[in-house]
Amino acid sequence: MGITRRSFLRRAAVVLAGVAAAGAGWSYLKGLAQSANEAPDQAASLPSAPVQQRTPQPHHWAFVVDTTKCIGCGKCVAACKEENNVPEDPHFNRTWVERYVIDEQGEAYVDSPDAGVHGFESWPVNSKYQNIQVVKSFFVSKLCNQCENPPCVQVCPVGATYKTEDGVILVNRSRCIGCRYCIQACPYGARFLDPNLRVADKCTWCYHRISKGMDPACVEVCPVGARMFGDPADPDSAVAKALRENRISVLKPNLGTRPQVFYIGLDQEVR
Amino acid sequence: MNGFIYPNEAETAWGLLIVLYPYITGLVAGAFVVSSLYHAFGIEKLRPLARFSLLTALAFVLIAPVPLLAHLGRPERAFEIFITPNFRSAMAGFGYILLFYTGLLVVETWLAFRRDIVRRSEAATGLRRAFYSALTLGSRDVSERALRLDAKVIRVLAIVGIPSAFLLHGYVGFLFGSIKANPWWSTPLMPIIFLISAIVSGVALLIVLYIVATALRRQPLNHSSVAELAKWLLLFLLVDLTLEGLEVLSMAYENEEGWAIVSQLLTQKLAVSFFGIQILLGAILPIVVLGGLALTDRLGQRVRTTLSLGTALLVLVGIFAMRWNVVIGGQLFSKSLRGFKSFAPPLTGNESVVEALIILSLPFFLLALFAVLLPPWEKEAALEGAGVPEPTVTIPIPSRLVGPRAR
Ligand code: SF4
Ligand code: SF4
Repeated sequence: MGITRRSFLRRAAVVLAGVAAAGAGWSYLKGLAQSANEAPDQAASLPSAPVQQRTPQPHHWAFVVDTTKCIGCGKCVAACKEENNVPEDPHFNRTWVERYVIDEQGEAYVDSPDAGVHGFESWPVNSKYQNIQVVKSFFVSKLCNQCENPPCVQVCPVGATYKTEDGVILVNRSRCIGCRYCIQACPYGARFLDPNLRVADKCTWCYHRISKGMDPACVEVCPVGARMFGDPADPDSAVAKALRENRISVLKPNLGTRPQVFYIGLDQEVR
Repeated sequence: MNGFIYPNEAETAWGLLIVLYPYITGLVAGAFVVSSLYHAFGIEKLRPLARFSLLTALAFVLIAPVPLLAHLGRPERAFEIFITPNFRSAMAGFGYILLFYTGLLVVETWLAFRRDIVRRSEAATGLRRAFYSALTLGSRDVSERALRLDAKVIRVLAIVGIPSAFLLHGYVGFLFGSIKANPWWSTPLMPIIFLISAIVSGVALLIVLYIVATALRRQPLNHSSVAELAKWLLLFLLVDLTLEGLEVLSMAYENEEGWAIVSQLLTQKLAVSFFGIQILLGAILPIVVLGGLALTDRLGQRVRTTLSLGTALLVLVGIFAMRWNVVIGGQLFSKSLRGFKSFAPPLTGNESVVEALIILSLPFFLLALFAVLLPPWEKEAALEGAGVPEPTVTIPIPSRLVGPRAR
């Protein structure tokens, strides 16, 4: 019996090795067949000139949204779509603008028509709340919070979603298998599956721009300065000043994700 | 859609195929437990089903990765999960666990059928002979001593396989239970609920398959095996219902931020599939019927078996509803906790009803194929072996495992 058992084990090992080799070969071939024009990594993927130097700067970036300033024009959403080749479809967004309307009874009405890309001025968006006694209303822009403790990075089975040394969360598009676990794990609805590349996508704070010393596109186009970006370690930066001079809060602090997008004037209704 | 949902939430990330995946792995884990009840714990009444349940588990485990693969955005990269796993991810272990468990099932099945493989290779000629000879892997010794050793190894595997099956399915529950972003998923009870419901579904499946297969073979049904399975089904159903009740009760009682939307989810969006199908038809009614059967011995065997078959079918539907209520239910409300969307799988195409039905039928075809290649029914296997001396191999069971059930 000993002999047969041994021979069985030997054979089993051969079979297993064969299966593994076949699998590896198959995935390698498929890898070769992938479209050549596909951007390998969000960090270097974007339409502007490729980043020459990608060594992370000794920064730790932060983003500040001043909800008291936002006028809901939607320029940031449009600029983001253009800068980052985000699909036109309003169901895929790296950033969006929400409108909050609160009535006499304290009831909150929230909407974000077409993710706010066209603003809120046109009919019927504009006239929607005519029958309500509005007590207060405001706009809140949303984007990836580049969480210090990001659940999306934690759950990614292949490590395609990762954190850069300067604190930005990126998706490596050549590694993502499109399982969408990160979309489930993000508490903020910041992620989507790119309908063309079939991989996860989300805001990068325009990593290709910030690593060259520029501001993210949304920050640059905001006409009222409701979006600020920079390194809080630099005392002269707009974010450092905003963080110093205001009472700030983050979204869903109870989840322990430690967002790096800080809000000024956040209402308790905002989630 | 009513209320507010984040713009990116309009698309439902996980569709029907991800409902199917825990359903299938659950059936695997459950079928394996049934086979182990005999192979590991010597429950004699389940002996007629032991080999068949092993084949069932094997057929389903081989199909388990299919819905996942079909769902991936980039299925050609699926292998990355083995090559570059991120071990902080609950999902990364999946490939390894499934591989290990599949391997275990293959080895156990091979050992359980080795004698039949050898016999068939000896009795057959030509291609058939070559096929079975290859299947023997060169191990042709079917002496009593060898078979006894086989039985021992099978028993070890059957025992090792139980925690592995628990790992496989408890882990699927953890995938959902560990998502703190989702108040309907995020509960430490999730793995254990998935595990118990897996066993429930596997036992129910075997009741159905055993009765159907016996009818197809025009063989007399072993009613006491069905009755035994029905008892186990009742036991696990009771535990399952308790856990599910506990889950909702504690969510309601703690009444945290998420409960407002989860309670609406249950009473409005999932009213039919949760209270109606999962709880009432899939658990309470079966418990009443099976409980009644356990309490009385008045009814005739045929009636009892028919009632067990009916409840088993209800349970199978109920557990599917449970998977749906978790996977789809958890995506019907916005993480802004402000609104709902609706979801209906497309009839054809990607992630469609047709695709799901095809995938769900695959393990049954595979099982039918296995049943042709390897004789799942001991008696018939024994007849085949007429001429070959029949060693009587009983599985040695340590006395502490032999309870009153194993009489
Ligand atoms: S906001 Fe979402 S996508 Fe962005 S880092 Fe946090 S969890 Fe990840
Ligand atoms: S979809 Fe891509 S980035 Fe997201 S968890 Fe899956 S593999 Fe990682």
